[in-house]
Amino acid sequence: MAKVIVVTSGKGGVGKTTSCASLGSGLALRGHRTVMIDFDVGLRNLDLILGCERRVVYDLVNVIQGEASLQQALIRDKRADELYMLPASQTRDKDALTLEGVQQVIAELSRDFDYILCDSPAGIERGAQLAMYFADEAVLVTNPEVSSVRDTDRIIGLLHAKTLAAKEGRKITEHLLITRYSPERVHQGEMLSLEDVQEILAVPLMGVIPESEAVLTASNKGIPVIHDETCDASQAYRDAVARLLGEERPLRFTEYRKQGLFSRVFKGGR
Amino acid sequence: MKLLDLFQREQRASAGEARERLKIILAHERSLRSQPEFLPRLQQDLLEVVKRYVSIQSDQVRVQLDRHDMMSVLEINVTFPNTALSGGVQGGGH
Ligand SMILES: Nc1ncnc2c1ncn2[C@@H]1O[C@H](COP(=O)(O)OP(=O)(O)OP(=O)(O)O)[C@@H](O)[C@H]1O
Ligand SMILES: [Mg+2]
Repeated sequence: MAKVIVVTSGKGGVGKTTSCASLGSGLALRGHRTVMIDFDVGLRNLDLILGCERRVVYDLVNVIQGEASLQQALIRDKRADELYMLPASQTRDKDALTLEGVQQVIAELSRDFDYILCDSPAGIERGAQLAMYFADEAVLVTNPEVSSVRDTDRIIGLLHAKTLAAKEGRKITEHLLITRYSPERVHQGEMLSLEDVQEILAVPLMGVIPESEAVLTASNKGIPVIHDETCDASQAYRDAVARLLGEERPLRFTEYRKQGLFSRVFKGGR
Repeated sequence: MKLLDLFQREQRASAGEARERLKIILAHERSLRSQPEFLPRLQQDLLEVVKRYVSIQSDQVRVQLDRHDMMSVLEINVTFPNTALSGGVQGGGH
């Protein structure tokens, strides 16, 4: 039986897809059979971040409507052996996704995989609710910023009310993933600190991903940033994966140290 | 130049404000979330009844359910200025 994990946020553009791609790759690199489902019907992006956009033939809606088998639609990642992904449809409208259809796909994937990661669309409407419905765990991607924190809180409300787990009286395991964190701006008092965000949301912290130029470079190339081992964001995602697997890791890249001229010139702020 | 820098930094040190505003709005939104769905209708019904006797505005009837371990407390608060009392009692009621 696979563990179903939804990567969600409420607010758009906070780093769900970036995080899903790196967490999925990280789980696979650690030897776990992992599949990612892109639930962002109409706006699919996970394929681009993974660099497999040209290999997309069939998608989630095709499978649900019986136009393709799962085997035909699943795309195998080029970099991590144990990683697969199921793309979202770009042309169909959102109503093509049905609860029964999603249930069937997840049940079938559940037999072959250890982890199923659901990349949620933004918002708190039907699409986001479908992505979270069958989840056992939730990664709450949050930027240290008022509207993102508020939207995450609303998503937590939905996790408690509108999921299968909630209806069966089970509790979804929640993980807070703070992304685009800038220790320097926190130090200057310009940005909510990770302690602030964690205290307000009261969800266990799974990781803090620093604001990093390497993320843009990675998405330009179609290689999830976790593969760029030289950068802080990659290390932070590796730590997050380890914590997801139950290991303890101290936080890194969260303290501000004033950089000397030397390291500023030669490291270029990575 | 230095002074201006300092001033701008002061202006940007707004994380504390963000934290306090978030705490207040989230406490409010969470309390709404945990309320049963019939509460807004109950509030409307109560408002209509009270209005027959006292002239009040809709936000002057507040209804809230507090859940405890063994029981729940339905708290109903109706507040209005004394002037509403004299006007309302003479005017309506039949
Ligand atoms: N740690 C980071 N540092 C810098 N930029 C980042 C970081 N994480 C994400 N980004 C950037 O933020 C933007 C949005 O990221 P992403 O597409 O992953 O968000 P999303 O939550 O999936 O968005 P949507 O709600 O539209 O699905 C992208 O341009 C991405 O490169
Ligand atoms: Mg996305």
